Amino acid sequence: MPKRKPQFIVIGGGLAGLAATMKLCEDKARVTLVSYQPVKRSHSVCAQGGINAAIDTKGEGDSPETHFYDTVKGGDFLAHQPLVRDMCHQAPAIVHLMDRLGVAFNRTPEGHLEFRRFGGTLFSRTAFAGATTGQQLLYALDEQVRRYEHDGQVQKLEWHEYLSAILDSQGVCRGAVLHDLHTGEIFSAKGDAVILATGGPAQVYGKTTGSTVCNGVATTAAYLQGAKYANGEFIQVHPTAIPGQDKLRLMSESARGEGGRIWVPRKKNDDRDPLTIPESERYYFLEENHPRFGNLVPRDVASREIHDVVYNKELGVEGQPMVYLDLTHQSEEFLEHRLGGILDIYAKFTGDNPKKVPMKIFPAVHYSMGGIWTDYESNGSGLIDHQSPRNQMTSIQGLYAAGECDYQFHGANRLGANSLLSCIYTGLMMGPGLIQYSRNLNSHFEDVPSSVFDQARDQWQGRMQSFKQMKGPENPYVLHQELGDILLANVLIVRENSKLEKALTQISDLEIRFKNVQCLDTTHWSNPAPSMIQQLFCQIQLAKIITQGALVRNEFRGAHYKPEYDLNQPKDFDPHEYVEYIEKKQYGEVLESEFPSGHTAYMKRYEECNEQWLKTTIAKHNNNQPEISFEEVNTSLVQPRPRKYD
Amino acid sequence: MPEDKTIRLKIKRQDQPDSKAYWEEFDLPHKPRANVISCLMDIQMNPVTRQEKTVTPVVWESNCLEEVCGSCTMIINGKVRQACTALIDALPQPIVLEPLTKFPIVRDLQVDRTRMFENLKKVKAWIHIDGTYNIGEGPVIPEKQRAKAYLLSECMTCGCCLEACPQFTKNNNFVGASTISQVRLFNMHPTGAMESEERLETIMGDGGIADCGNAQVCVEVCPKKIPLTESIAEIGRETTLQLLKNLFLK
Repeated sequence: MPKRKPQFIVIGGGLAGLAATMKLCEDKARVTLVSYQPVKRSHSVCAQGGINAAIDTKGEGDSPETHFYDTVKGGDFLAHQPLVRDMCHQAPAIVHLMDRLGVAFNRTPEGHLEFRRFGGTLFSRTAFAGATTGQQLLYALDEQVRRYEHDGQVQKLEWHEYLSAILDSQGVCRGAVLHDLHTGEIFSAKGDAVILATGGPAQVYGKTTGSTVCNGVATTAAYLQGAKYANGEFIQVHPTAIPGQDKLRLMSESARGEGGRIWVPRKKNDDRDPLTIPESERYYFLEENHPRFGNLVPRDVASREIHDVVYNKELGVEGQPMVYLDLTHQSEEFLEHRLGGILDIYAKFTGDNPKKVPMKIFPAVHYSMGGIWTDYESNGSGLIDHQSPRNQMTSIQGLYAAGECDYQFHGANRLGANSLLSCIYTGLMMGPGLIQYSRNLNSHFEDVPSSVFDQARDQWQGRMQSFKQMKGPENPYVLHQELGDILLANVLIVRENSKLEKALTQISDLEIRFKNVQCLDTTHWSNPAPSMIQQLFCQIQLAKIITQGALVRNEFRGAHYKPEYDLNQPKDFDPHEYVEYIEKKQYGEVLESEFPSGHTAYMKRYEECNEQWLKTTIAKHNNNQPEISFEEVNTSLVQPRPRKYD
Repeated sequence: MPEDKTIRLKIKRQDQPDSKAYWEEFDLPHKPRANVISCLMDIQMNPVTRQEKTVTPVVWESNCLEEVCGSCTMIINGKVRQACTALIDALPQPIVLEPLTKFPIVRDLQVDRTRMFENLKKVKAWIHIDGTYNIGEGPVIPEKQRAKAYLLSECMTCGCCLEACPQFTKNNNFVGASTISQVRLFNMHPTGAMESEERLETIMGDGGIADCGNAQVCVEVCPKKIPLTESIAEIGRETTLQLLKNLFLK
């Protein structure tokens, strides 16, 4: 009998989904690749700045260990350390692989990979292909998967929507219910495992830097089937985006990596042409407040500073919520070469030439550090056992997740240029474990009664039909916009419990109105209306996960800022003092006098806070509400300590 | 900014691939920084025509909304382009939206561009690597050559060049400028070049470069300013050389 080939279903064709598909095909598996659209149009194309790998080509002394430290520190120590460490150690090999796949990475005069600076580190660690690195990486993986498709190993189901996992009587995932977005047909597909690589949930907030498909629906569907959702409240607000009606377009961190400076006029409502405002009358607040990191502080820090300057100091440009991002001091040739693509986008959407006038930007919802809970297996020496089927498995056996839709790599705040890395890393890393999982299965989907698949399909056919028959007065697109507005007003950069409670009430009001939604289109061909209602339903649930998590977590960590719980770090505090403090503690009570005034008390507050809150938030679906609990974070490699970016 | 605070859209609609097309008009309130996509989104929130008839929301394809994914390509006021970068204040009204004409219609403004992706398979538009294992660095590439390749690699398979091309029709199998340019891209790469002859043989065959009529409109409509005619000329030279080589070797 010929050996049975493993078969997988990958949902989503961005970097994580394509990397997983490529890796699985290399191990002779068959893959069904499901996507809303042709995979070449996935959201990964929007990533601009680059991908991190500590290759240290400039003699700066960078190393994967430093990359690891910067990443866990950037994430305020909320990420599992062996995973982050493994990712950072794999990063150089990943970048070299992508280079071999033909990615047009910028080069040095000698023809080697060029690297630039990015936020949250002091090293040149970011490889880049012009200002469209995500697009270039995605295309390279798309091409490899096309090769496997050409050879018959990959079947692409583009214009298809994932509705849910199919679980057998033991609760093991055996396939997925899919929806053909052209014919409207709902059917079940079978596989040894299903991999969700469905990206982030930005669309829950309405206007964001996300693409239209970044709706968070697939992971929410898994949550509704009983999977754990983790760290939902950690939403990254990117400091620099271009305001717009349909979307807030990202202005890459690479603009600051290449010397861009953020400032506002020192005088309120200064209506002078920015180029005529002398240096002395400009407030370069990031540089003044953070002399070492300057404009390249991590994103959560930069977004908070901009928020403070605009809303508390009322220094927004033209009295509006905007600040300048200024590149005009760099030569046009340099800017074209290093940043061409993104500056073109700015010019196309605003009509201003950013090489000649400072850009006007403002923070926007960008990335979710949280996502569906996934597992991992450490190899005992601080890295990952790449053969383990546990890697990237959700709490539903046989259902996996990779890329932005999982939660494991960025803690409470993601560093720039680490997302492309984590997407490709998870996709590749999970491959061998998935093959093992398939081999270890005692029974395969062929042994599962067909009624399991038929029932799942029938149930969804009924559900989508019921959405189609909804005839109430509410427009679902309007409700979606209102849902986004609730989150933007209450669950963003600065969080207060009273507002979070208000948001939860508003979300449940909206959930009641959802019952009176109208299906705006009841035709049978290429009709997005029923799907939109299903997506809205999931997004309301996801909004509850995010808001409830934010409400329960009474602390200030990374992107989750509650001023009420700020521990008020002394200005002259040095994070290494905390390491010393922890050491001294082993030998008994640490006295106030052993550290500068106020520091010991601060460190005690920090220690108590970590004891309570240095934990993963877990949301479980129970009685239509997210039930919140907490799990330990693996901090076995580096002592968590207060963050400081001076 | 126009004085008129209303935006008028005239949209060509079609319910099914084989049904008859029809036009509908929508009046929308003007908003700052609006583009064609934000107008289509406004229609979703209130799908009522100028004649106050409630209709189904318009169906279109879009994703990134920042002109890097290629999805939202359509014909706007007679010109093929992406809808996301079509800023309302820069367009004369009524703004006329039509689907691409060179591809099968799915519904309304949405078309099926599968042919473009199939053509990429035909010419093996990929680098054939030994494997994904850690076998070291990629080839050394001069920055100048990299920059040239980068221009070509920004092609987002949007189809503007094919819509404008008089030689590319629904009824023939011409691969068009975008595919020819991808052949050049992969033949330029040190590893990709190892399969260059195979690619050239394909592009010399049926539906290949010989079908190009040299109208040069492809390069004019390319939103990414890819030097498509340069690519066609370059592949033209390479195929001629290949032809000669075939003559002498066979």
